[in-house]
Amino acid sequence: MIVDISELSVSYDGIDALQKISFGINEGDFLGIIGPNGAGKSTLFNCMLGINLQYQGVIKFFNKDIRKSEEYLTHIGYVPQKPVVDRNFPATIREVVSMGQINNDPDKVDEALQKVWMHELADRRIGDLSGGQQQRVFIAKALVNSPKILVLDEPVTGVDIHNKDLFFQILSELNSKGKISIIWSSHDLDAVERLANKVACLNKTLFFHGISQEFFNDEEMMKKYSETSMQMHMHHH
Amino acid sequence: MQNAIVSGIAISLICSTVGLFLVLRKFSLFGDALAHSAFGGVALGLFLGFYPLWAAYAVSILSALGLTKIRQKYDISGDAIVAILLSSGIAVGIVLISLSGGFSIDIFSFLFGSVLLVSTENVIMILGLSAAILIILITGYKKFMYITFSEEQAQVSGIPVQKLNYLLIAIAGVTVVTSMQLVGVLLVSALFVIPNVTAMMFKRSFKQTIILSMSFSVFSTVAGILISYPLDIAPSGMVVLLAITLFIGSLIMKSAGMVKTAGIQKKIH
Repeated sequence: MIVDISELSVSYDGIDALQKISFGINEGDFLGIIGPNGAGKSTLFNCMLGINLQYQGVIKFFNKDIRKSEEYLTHIGYVPQKPVVDRNFPATIREVVSMGQINNDPDKVDEALQKVWMHELADRRIGDLSGGQQQRVFIAKALVNSPKILVLDEPVTGVDIHNKDLFFQILSELNSKGKISIIWSSHDLDAVERLANKVACLNKTLFFHGISQEFFNDEEMMKKYSETSMQMHMHHH
Repeated sequence: MQNAIVSGIAISLICSTVGLFLVLRKFSLFGDALAHSAFGGVALGLFLGFYPLWAAYAVSILSALGLTKIRQKYDISGDAIVAILLSSGIAVGIVLISLSGGFSIDIFSFLFGSVLLVSTENVIMILGLSAAILIILITGYKKFMYITFSEEQAQVSGIPVQKLNYLLIAIAGVTVVTSMQLVGVLLVSALFVIPNVTAMMFKRSFKQTIILSMSFSVFSTVAGILISYPLDIAPSGMVVLLAITLFIGSLIMKSAGMVKTAGIQKKIH
């Protein structure tokens, strides 16, 4: 197991955001994390990435407690929710990908850009790209240190269909050919069913964790999920 | 005048580099606020009989760090912090100056800048501090660029975001007081902002933007000093006017389609 989360609980001002979540991720897994808005997906990611350390329970990456060392972060590539890039930010794609690069090898930057089919645009400015292209640059950026795990937080929200399909194709290849484990949160149940081999369904507690097909073939489970999502949706409005 | 030109070049280089990070963080007026708090420091130094520049350095760095901490802890917006810092520096300055018997020539030199302030000892100090600041910023430029681009992503990459933010703010404090000797409290932020905004219009890479900004800044400073000296006017005004001229010139070139950009101007799909 490369990630082991046990009894993870988080609360903000006395309100529970996550309650006793426990699950593990094996090497090579493509895990889709699904759940309605406000289910705690971002909170879970913030804990896993060391942004929020105010949690109870234990999170281990590569058998080491993340509270004890930040070294695990060098093996993780993180792709945030579609970020708002300042159109005037003076950086080329090459410069963006090389930010956070551990060694300064320019070949690695080119290699990462090739994996997402963006190498021909390497000297263009990040602000001149469309949202979908920017997200591909952020995958390249996440790949530049040859990570073992890729973490993606609802990466295709607001991205057009063409770029979304390209994005999924890239993820699939990285997982199958590149042997990179993937942790991916998404609203898109169809895409999760198509791509992920494991599913974790969150709604403050862990609703389901296991093989993707078992979840999607279980009508009872799907019905329960839709009802909960609808309730959360109504609650939000 | 040699002293003024040598120190002017050093000051232009640090102001444009530090300024780019502040401008990109939408913190353009922070330099101005620090300069005003440093003015309070100058007044404190004169009031207590210290060398005013040392007091200005101490007040500028402490207020920069202190207010950054307050801003983070109490979630106060950046522009509000700038307003508080700016007015409190001036308020303290006015009270202390009144208590010590009114405005003197020293105070005017700090407000408007003066080549007379730049003695040989000062030049050595300016060169030493500028070299240290440039070494820190050049060696760490990728990390500072990353934090400026996205604090969240930089943090996940294991970069000590908070420590580097404090370092940058402290460097900004030192840069302001160092530059104040030449361009004065009132115009110091112009050197932080104008060359960078001008350079950003050329839409180049980060490295090229810094080099462009440094070039604009050095040109305005050296030419400003050379022009103002025989006319016997304070160089600070001339330096800033030249920087503004470059800005307007670039605007005109851009609107006439004469500025070539690094990438493409249209959005690609």
